[in-house]
Amino acid sequence: MTKTKEVKQKKYLNPYVGGVLLGIVLLAANFVSGRGLGASGAIKSTVVTAVTAIVPSSTESSGFVKEFSESHKGNPMKTWLVFEMMGVLVGGFLSGAFAGRLKFKVEHSPQITSRKRLLLALGGGVLFGFGSQLGRGCTSGSALSGMAVLSLGGFITMMAIFGTAFALAYLFRKNWI
Amino acid sequence: MGPLAINEIISENTNLFLAFIIGIGFGFVLEQSGFSSSRKLAGVFYGYDTVVLKVFFTAAITGMLGLLFFSLFGWIDLNLVYVNPTYLTSAIVGGIIMGAGFIMGGYCPGTSFCGASIGKIDAIVFIGGLFIGVFIFGIGYDLWDGMYLASNLGSPKISTTLGMSDGIFAFLLILAALAMFWVAEWAEKKFPREEY
Repeated sequence: MTKTKEVKQKKYLNPYVGGVLLGIVLLAANFVSGRGLGASGAIKSTVVTAVTAIVPSSTESSGFVKEFSESHKGNPMKTWLVFEMMGVLVGGFLSGAFAGRLKFKVEHSPQITSRKRLLLALGGGVLFGFGSQLGRGCTSGSALSGMAVLSLGGFITMMAIFGTAFALAYLFRKNWI
Repeated sequence: MGPLAINEIISENTNLFLAFIIGIGFGFVLEQSGFSSSRKLAGVFYGYDTVVLKVFFTAAITGMLGLLFFSLFGWIDLNLVYVNPTYLTSAIVGGIIMGAGFIMGGYCPGTSFCGASIGKIDAIVFIGGLFIGVFIFGIGYDLWDGMYLASNLGSPKISTTLGMSDGIFAFLLILAALAMFWVAEWAEKKFPREEY
């Protein structure tokens, strides 16, 4: 047991060191752009781009697209978060390559099948995507970045996300334990 | 001096280039910390792996202290830094829906891109779900824009709401985080798991 534990500890970065490094990345984002990190905003940009390409009239007919265009001038793909998320894919890939973790696989508890895991991942993604729009940002943009600038809403969203996940953990235990 | 883009010290294109570089740092640190694994992320809700709590709060506090000290040294004008607005209803309801998505799907948007970058198929499917969820929100916008725009409190700081200075709030948050880290370390000993 001690042996596997040692291997595990070497595998990943110490979480407190990782946290300080992530905080420095967050500080750099604020110092450069005046805003924190984010993730769901890049998905919103992509959805708006796809929708307006397929249905050009949606810039007038959809309140959602209208609201986006009012706050983001120009090409929706030429935004800070889209470039940042492309960087996330590169950075994650590089880290995985250095650590020998590049591998196509479905990660799931031995108690459930891959198929069930994928259905739950899809459902979880739909809920998270919807919630991130309602909550004006996800764990990165609203909770983490909001907390660093002491936003009241950031703290409230963080507590709602983690509180709900804790409250529902028992129902979903078979998927993880 | 900062924020560089707002003070027009760097051009718009340099700003976007730096977004890409900062994104690389973001993805690299997330992956190095183990955020590419859904079972590691979900561990915090069962106590067997609390890496999410430790990394998340350490990062929020580091970012917060960094901004406060940069402001103190005159390196950044905090009046130009974006403070997320608070719409009370949607912050709570949106957070509840995201929390359900988190425990069901095992990822959040940022970590799902991190997982996808190293080949996690469940993360790629989760991202597919994100697009569908954002699309549904957009299609039905008129149904919930009332809730989306309700109880707008502006962009208050939590320290102002609680009637204390930023520094005092930061100090109390650090104490709270230390208490949580202590509980987290205890939980990992109490609910250990070898392989997952």
